[in-house]
Parts: sequence; structure tokens; C-alpha cells
Amino acid sequence: MIQFEKFSLKNGLKVIVHRDTSTPMAVLNVMYDVGARDEDPTRTGFAHLFEHLMFGGSINIPNYDGPLQMAGGENNAYTTNDITNYYIQLPAENLETAFWLESDRMLSLAFGEKSLDTQRKVVSEEFKEHYLNKPYGDVWHKMRELAYKVHPYRWMTIGKELSHIENAKLEDVKLFFFKHYRPVNAILVVAGNVTTQKVKELSEKWFGDISSGEKYIRNLPIEPVQTEVRKIEVKADVPLDAFYKCWHIYNRLDHRYYIAALITEVLSGGGSSRLFQSMVKEKKLFSAIDCYHSGSLDAGTLVIEGKLVKGVKMEDAEKAVEEEIEKMRTEKISGKELQKVKNKVESSIAFEDMSLMNRAASLAYYELLGDAAWMNDELEKYNLITPEEIQQECKVIFRPENSNILYYYSKN
Amino acid sequence: MTERKLAPSIVNPLDFHLTLKPYEKFTLDNGVPVYSVNAGVEEVMMVELVFFSGNCYEEKNLVAATASFLLKNGTSEKNAFQLNEHFEYYGSFLSRACYNETATLTLHCLNKHIGELLPVMEEILCDSLMPEEELLLYKQNQKQRLSVSLKKSEFVAGRLIDSYLYGEHHPYGKYTSHEDYDALNREELIEFYKKYYSKGNCMIFTAGKLPSGFEKVLNNYFGQLPFRNNFQNPSIATTSSVKAGEKFRITNDINGMQGSIRIAKPFPNRHHPDFQKAMVLNNILGGYFGSRLMTNIREDKGYTYGIYSYLQNHVQQSAWVVSTEAGKDVCEATIAEVYKEMKLLQSKPVGEDEMKLVKNYMMGIILGDLDGPFQIIARWKNYILNNLDENHFYDSIRTIKTVSSDELQELAIKYLNPDEFYELVVV
Repeated sequence: MIQFEKFSLKNGLKVIVHRDTSTPMAVLNVMYDVGARDEDPTRTGFAHLFEHLMFGGSINIPNYDGPLQMAGGENNAYTTNDITNYYIQLPAENLETAFWLESDRMLSLAFGEKSLDTQRKVVSEEFKEHYLNKPYGDVWHKMRELAYKVHPYRWMTIGKELSHIENAKLEDVKLFFFKHYRPVNAILVVAGNVTTQKVKELSEKWFGDISSGEKYIRNLPIEPVQTEVRKIEVKADVPLDAFYKCWHIYNRLDHRYYIAALITEVLSGGGSSRLFQSMVKEKKLFSAIDCYHSGSLDAGTLVIEGKLVKGVKMEDAEKAVEEEIEKMRTEKISGKELQKVKNKVESSIAFEDMSLMNRAASLAYYELLGDAAWMNDELEKYNLITPEEIQQECKVIFRPENSNILYYYSKN
Repeated sequence: MTERKLAPSIVNPLDFHLTLKPYEKFTLDNGVPVYSVNAGVEEVMMVELVFFSGNCYEEKNLVAATASFLLKNGTSEKNAFQLNEHFEYYGSFLSRACYNETATLTLHCLNKHIGELLPVMEEILCDSLMPEEELLLYKQNQKQRLSVSLKKSEFVAGRLIDSYLYGEHHPYGKYTSHEDYDALNREELIEFYKKYYSKGNCMIFTAGKLPSGFEKVLNNYFGQLPFRNNFQNPSIATTSSVKAGEKFRITNDINGMQGSIRIAKPFPNRHHPDFQKAMVLNNILGGYFGSRLMTNIREDKGYTYGIYSYLQNHVQQSAWVVSTEAGKDVCEATIAEVYKEMKLLQSKPVGEDEMKLVKNYMMGIILGDLDGPFQIIARWKNYILNNLDENHFYDSIRTIKTVSSDELQELAIKYLNPDEFYELVVV
């Protein structure tokens, strides 16, 4: 059970305090309600590029990292298709330094041309390192475009293409900032060896006079229900054939989201999972196989992907996967197998919550979903799921017309 | 109005009084030492058995890594599926890993399940069969994995630079080929397993919110096994066949968009009197986000997504390495900047502000690093496996607090000579 207190500033900034006196550290986490899904389709990758620019100096503080390092702190950030998150960890005594830095860049960035110029290059190198200069690096680029026709999940966080990043203008940067990076679109979590009283004082002092901004109203196109199977083939300079298939699932607040998550655990949550046992160990069709879901806020996908054993035909591999799925649709899973995946969820949560940084980010995330307190209800939601529900959802999710298939062939 | 231009006052991290929570040590009936850190608030724990069964004990490439991998792939009571199912049913994570000197079998679990899990760990250590069928599958799948890895310039660069540093026959420098997998056979794995696991030299590390009487529990499952407690690693001489300062340009993928750059030279291990000071100098060069390399090559020039330097964490012999992936057309410019930064550290003492910055930063990182039982035991484990004690911790704090810019300049002159570094680019 994670304890916390919650209050709001007049400008709409939500503040959550999680006290843990067993640590000498404090974490300050700011989550902005903006991700790659909020981008213009002709300027993708912008939310993430913007995250880089947040380190290029703010209106009153030319260098963000230096003063934090001086206070014994470190920081980082990440962008997803849904959100952008910034976090600082530092000795609790120096908490005010984090408030000073983080509030100034919410007040306003410096918007320097040099910073934009450099970060365009840095992000281009990141794009190359992670997606272009890697075997199978373009898979999600293709799969997203296949599975989504209108929803912005059709591009990756890093962006659709390098040119979108290379063409970013300072004017776009300013507009983006004042649209999304306002108190009313942000959640501040302070965790660690702190008191609510002190956090209240510091929040008022540093964030209180930042103008509230307009609440961003998200109005994203809804992905129409898919009505027929989609399939593409790729040939590339990779050593092995690979198989990818994904099915549309549910948004984060839908109770069936949890069922879908457990289905992925049954299929590939470890060495005793179904796909690993049948595809890799018994039938020896795949050298590696995985099943997971995208974990996104809007309706995401459930994915099965694997590398084929050399010499195995794509069609045979796919057929065997289908047989395994068919079992999920026609036979109820045993109480023991269901308990196994629930137990894994329980311990995963316990281990994740050991880290102060994780607790802070989770509180912000659940608050963004609707209420930070939901963080404490997660396990219960999983525990209520029955074998019947798993089977029922398998019937719905694994409909052929709900599927997207990528055959990724080795040219060699 | 809030004064926003001036930084709030801080408690100087150099004034922190950092302490390393001591471990408790006890010895099992068979002489196996157990180091434990009882701390934390969550009902979770970690039990790690460390065997002196790493790469440096094998006579043939891959035997150690394969024995480690196949540990939990079958006993006479349970096949691989049943073993996995047992640990997974209780929501626990049983992992194994093989390093140069040691190999580990590590359990993470909720406290309430520990009683169900230790007996099966014991079973794995007494009665692992490494079935032929499992070995065949392992060979096939590992060879496929290797084929994918070999397409990645960073993987190829990592192998090559280690072979330059230590030689292809040294445990730190040798690397794996498809033929090595083909040459493995079950008999030698079983022999290795019996010698280095079942009757191997073993020490145990455990941490978390440990239940009372846990010593007895451990003794019950692991104290009666024929483990030994001789923790002397063989010392193997490095046999590099390339000259210091040699430069290599390798094309792995003609269509590659980036080059994997590795610039490295041998450096003594943690017992050398320069080691702690070198850690500070390394931070300035490329050890953190505010480092010279990152500031110049990423934040000013945008040649790369990230560039780091580090001292390898080896027991016997270390190396000082600069590592980055940079755009293909800026690789040579990147290398030139790396050397420029090395020479600058040789020619000009680090300024007062930067000294203060890096010292404060390092203190803060150590403070954050000591947070939680798993982190504390990990630090202790690193010390113990390197034959170090708590003095090393307090010496390193003292070094951070007291080292001067003159000392760092001397160190740079001694160690950061560009023409002593192997230089490698793999595209």
C-alpha cells in the first residue's frame, strides 16, 4: 500500500506527496500530459525532440544539469506515445534545487537556436542507433502503420521519418511548449524523505506564480474496428526470418485491459509459458518467441513475435502459433495456471515498488489516468479475473479479422 | 517575486557523512560464507549463490557459460518445464549468469514463498542433468542469436576491443564463434558442473527483509552440500598481439549509418593506488552527463546520442575505455575530439568549479546508490569478490573529497596519452 497526499495549486498544477523516511533521497517527478499521439502527422517525433530541448536551458537558468549535479542530483526523462516524464533524484536536503530547476523550465524555456540545432542532430543519431542501424529495427515502424489507419499510434515515438526531425523549426517549439507544458497539463510528484508541509511551501513558492495555461483537450481520431486481416511481407538484410502478428486490444481504463495483460503472461511470461514450451522446446519452430502488449493509454495491441528456426517455413510457424491460440479460445485455462500468472503480477509489483523513483512515476501515471489511488488497486483487479473471462476474451481478441501480420524474410 | 536567477542554497554533498551499512556474516556447516544485509520495508528478498565457475575456469570456450545456462534445464526429478513452472508459480525469478571469474544463481522472491523455493535450488545444485536434448536446442538457438548479434556494429566492436586489450586467449578477450557451439559436448559440461558447482567453491549473498532464523534455513538447504571455500582465482597473463596505439577500421555492414567507436588501453585493477583517483578523472572525461566528452561531442556538436568513458569492472586487470556510436561521416571528427579532450586534461588543470561539480555529483550518486538492501549487498559483493573491504569504500569517499586538480593532471599525463590507446571503428 503506497501512502500519499494530494493537493492542487491555484493554477491547476496537481501535486502528490509520497513520504518515505527510510531513504536519504528525494525524487521530484513531473509528468506532462503529452506524447507522440498528440503530434501533427506531418511533424512526428516532435514530443520526443522537445523532451531533449527541455535540457537546453530555461528562461532564468542557462544550464539545467550543472546546478543539479552541484547539489548531488541526477535526472533524466522519457517520452512515450502517451506521456512525457521528467524526474530528478537528489539528496533530500537539497530538494529546493529540484523545485527551482523544474519550475523555471515550466515557466519558460530559453528557446535557443543553438540548442535546437544540436538536438536535431542528437535525435537523428538516436534514430539511427535504435531504429535504422539495427537488424529488424524498422519492424515497429511498419507494424504500426499496418495496425493503425487513423489513430496517431500509427507512428513511433521517435517519429515517422528522419526528415520530420530535421525540419523542426523554433516556431514549432514555442507553440508546442505553450500548448502542452503548462501547469494545468502537468502532475508533480515529490517522494522520499520530505514532508507535505514543506512540499506545499516549495510548490507555492516555485510553481504558484506560473500562469495556468489552457487545459489541453485531446480530440484524437478513433481507430475504426478492423474488419479484415491485414498482411505484409518484407525482405531485408537480416540473418533470420521473423514472424510478427498483433491484435487490437483495449484502452488502459477498460477492465478487459487486465485480462489481455494476463493472456500475454500465459502465452509468454517465462520458461513455463505456453508459447515458449510448444514453439521453442517441443516443436522447435522458433528460436525465440515473445508475447506482450503495448501498455498504451488508448487502445493498444497484443503482439506475438518470434524468430524462426532456420529452414522452417513461415506458414508452418504461423500455423503452429494459430493452434496454440486456438487452444486458448476453446479450452479454459486451469486454476493453477491462472494463479501462476497472478502470482507473477504480485511479485512484479512488489519489486517495482522498491524503487522510490518507480513509486513517484507510478503515482503520477495513475493520477494522469484519473486517480493516484488506483495504483493500490492494481493487484486486486488482476486477482478478480476468472478462467472464463480469459477464454471469452481470447475468442474476441484473436478473431482473424482483428489481426495484423508481418512476414519479415531474410534476403540471405 | 521569487528570485529565479540564483540557485537556492544547498547542503554541500561533500559534507555528507556517508556510511556503508555493514553486512552480517555467518558460516554454514560446510564452511560456505554467507553475507547478508537485513534491511528494507517490502516483504521481498534475494538469495544469490556465487560460484567460482566463470570463464577463466574452463578449458574450452563456452563450457562455463553453457553449464551456467543449462543449470535449470532438468534434474532427475523435474524437467526444464517443471523447474521453470515451480519458480514461476510462486512468482519468483530464478536467474543464472556467467562472468569471467564467477557465475551466479540468483533468486528474487516474496518472503512468503521462500520455503517452497530453496529446496528446488538445492536440487538444481546437486542433480542438474544438462540433458542432451536441451544442449542441442541451446546450440541451435544460441547460434541463431549470434548471427543476429554479428549484424550489430556495437556487438562486433565490443568483442574486438576486448581481444585487442587482453588477447584472444584470455578470459576477458576471447569470443564466441558458431564452431565453438558445435564443439560442445554433454560430458564436459557434466564434468564442469560437478567440479565447479556441485562441489564448487561457493559463497552466498542475501538481502531484503530477512525472516528471523534465516541462517538456519540456509544452513538446512545449502550447509550440508559438498561445497568448498577456496576463493583464489587463477591469474592468467594477457597476451595481446596488437601494439598499443594501433588503429583499426572495420566494415561490418556496407550500408551501416553509424560507426561504433571504441578507444581503449589497459589499466590496473582496483588495488592499484591510482584507481580511485582515476575514477574521479574518468568522471570528468566521460563518466556522467556533464562530462567533457558528452558536453563537447553530444551537447555541442551533436555527433552522437551518447558518449561515455569508463573503467572496466574486472577483477584481475582493467581497461580504460571510451565508447560511442556516431554518425558514419563524423566518426573521424569524433575521435579527434576525444583526443583533444584527453590532451586538454593533460595540459590544463581542471578548474575549481568543475572539480566541485564532479565531486558533489559523485557524492550524491553514492548516497543514492546506498539506498535499499539490494543496492547495499551489490556493493558489498563487488568489494568481496575483488578482495576489498570497507576501507575501500571509505578511501573512495576520502579520495573524492580530497583529490586535487594537480593530482588529476598528473594522472592524465600518466594515463591519457592518445597514442597509447587502441582505436577502433566498426561500421
